[in-house]
Amino acid sequence: MSTLDPIGATRRGDPVLEIRDLSVDYGYDDAPAHVLRKVSLTLNRGEVLGLAGESGCGKSTLAYAATRLLPPPGLVTGGEVVFTDRSGHSVDILSLSDAALRASRWQDVAMVFQGAMNSLNPVFRVGRQIADGIRAHLDVSSVEALERAADLLETVGISPDRLRDYPHQLSGGMRQRVMIAMALALDPQVLIMDEPTTALDVVMQRQIVEQISELRERLGFSVIFITHDVSLLIEIADRIAIMYGGRIVEDAAAQDVYRKPRHPYSRALLHSFPPLRGARRELTGIPGSPPDVSNLPPGCPFEPRCAFAFDRCKVDRPELGPTAFDERGRSVACLRHERGEMLPPELAVRTDARDDVWRPPALEADSLDRA
Amino acid sequence: MAVGTALDTAAASGSARPANPRQRLLFLRNAKALTGIGILAFFTLLAIVGPWIAPLDPDALSPQILAPPSGAHWLGTDHLGKDILSQIIVGTRGVMVVGFVAGILATVIGVIVGVTAGFVGGAGDETLSALSNIFLVIPQLPLIIIIAGQLPSAGGLTVAAVIAATGWAWGARVLRAQTLSLRKRDFIEAARANGERTWRIILVEILPNLTAIIAAGFVGTVTFAVLSQITLAFIGVTSVSDWNWGTILFWAQQNQALARGAWWWFAPAGLCIAFLGMGLTLINFGIDEFVNPRLRSTGLNARTLRRRGIRPRIGFTPVVHEAGEGPA
Repeated sequence: MSTLDPIGATRRGDPVLEIRDLSVDYGYDDAPAHVLRKVSLTLNRGEVLGLAGESGCGKSTLAYAATRLLPPPGLVTGGEVVFTDRSGHSVDILSLSDAALRASRWQDVAMVFQGAMNSLNPVFRVGRQIADGIRAHLDVSSVEALERAADLLETVGISPDRLRDYPHQLSGGMRQRVMIAMALALDPQVLIMDEPTTALDVVMQRQIVEQISELRERLGFSVIFITHDVSLLIEIADRIAIMYGGRIVEDAAAQDVYRKPRHPYSRALLHSFPPLRGARRELTGIPGSPPDVSNLPPGCPFEPRCAFAFDRCKVDRPELGPTAFDERGRSVACLRHERGEMLPPELAVRTDARDDVWRPPALEADSLDRA
Repeated sequence: MAVGTALDTAAASGSARPANPRQRLLFLRNAKALTGIGILAFFTLLAIVGPWIAPLDPDALSPQILAPPSGAHWLGTDHLGKDILSQIIVGTRGVMVVGFVAGILATVIGVIVGVTAGFVGGAGDETLSALSNIFLVIPQLPLIIIIAGQLPSAGGLTVAAVIAATGWAWGARVLRAQTLSLRKRDFIEAARANGERTWRIILVEILPNLTAIIAAGFVGTVTFAVLSQITLAFIGVTSVSDWNWGTILFWAQQNQALARGAWWWFAPAGLCIAFLGMGLTLINFGIDEFVNPRLRSTGLNARTLRRRGIRPRIGFTPVVHEAGEGPA
């Protein structure tokens, strides 16, 4: 196995999956719903990227479209998804042939689906199901595949003698672990996890999340973690992209999003759950309901629900760009951050008001933890 | 303030919906359904006005015996010089009446038996299922022949009743299965929990969910009834003096039309049967696509899809790069 040299020619921090200007429609007729509009997102090697947002904001659509798993009537209408393997070789997943795409799946980009309970076939033993995935890609005997399956089960903390169990003999958390083991079977470089813990209780959720972090350290893959649970993301993710109405509205390091959100929507999301540490604050929630992506207003999609909206928000649609402070490594789609506009103090939180020079986000986070 | 604006937007988008005529007439936008309805409407019109617009009396003899199509007889004449076009036009009514009466009767029986069996369960279900199973395994056509042969006057409505009495079981079977599945769903549980009466659950909660199956079953039964009736007429079980397309084929067969090369005798009637069957089948497809939004989206625009090079498949999302067409 290549775990000895998980990085190869490329290094940690280089992009492994770059989604550029991805647009997705639902419907093949002349009036489709544009669910994603020119979404760009970069996943770096070894990174856990959290994708958060309300139901229906397009986060799952983004992940499925990037892997071309979106069922009909989904349609990718533009953009590219560039995957760079360990040797530095890049391919556009959207232009791969069927055979190449099938070969690349699971091997390069693996996926853990939302309903782990339903992702396992109830009439086959779990060992065989893991081995099937391995044998579909590698030319190995079934004995070897089963040995590998046993290793994988151990990796995710399940005793290898469970190989001969049927899915109904495992608990929900174990089934989810089996799915993770399956996703890791071919040592993929990108793992897309679509709400992997939503159906589990919080104890199991915690264990799974810790396991993912630990495996990521050991095996060096990157994760796109999709969830609507922002508090969970703040713990597990390195970077968080917040989506709203089919667009990314804020993209920043997890701690930055948590401590100093720049977009009104991120701020509102953070105010809808209690903080894990520190003083209690009032929970506000977000008034109104998510927009209908097939019928977006001409201006900012969040404008009707935004506490900081002003006249231009109804007319101009903001693009993802630098924040008002030009902070490195973070971008925001809000007119309030454009030059010459008044930025409300709630969106202008600085860790240290006297600190005018830029410092790496990690350092800032550290200093805050100590404080 | 923000809530108010959001509600306004929602209200605006809500009122914009019904104003869009395309959403309402979705079923009629479907090319298949439209073609099917067109064919059916044509034959229905023919059935209504047939006896008045037929150029000649279908029973009137003439000296031109077995004449090929001409100006006087557009579809030629038979062995006694009767006008075949008039026979077909007049015969349409018999076909359509029997088809629809039998279809309605069989659907009503099927819905009552199927939904009752599925919903009540237990002994009632067992009895009704056994009954429909018996009717399913009985060879239908021989039974129809025997019943129709025993009846003293096998007129159109009698034939329709016989066909309905033997053809309802398939629909009942399908409806029972679907009702069984619906009965266990949460919204039925919720209806029970909030104290709805059984008849209201069946009529208001379950029946609307079965609309598509009932409609498709009805169209299927009409097709079956039309074919059965034509078969009965063709083999001469029903009265050979009542005109319908099967009667024309009966006389053509009796007089070796094929051997004598009189194609105008049997081909038009055969084509009418094929067209009516096609129309009904297209309506069936249309119902399918209307009910299943996935099929609707793919079926509506087969031409558009081909033009844009989209092949809808599960697991391989189609990718099109539309140059110059930026997302709005």
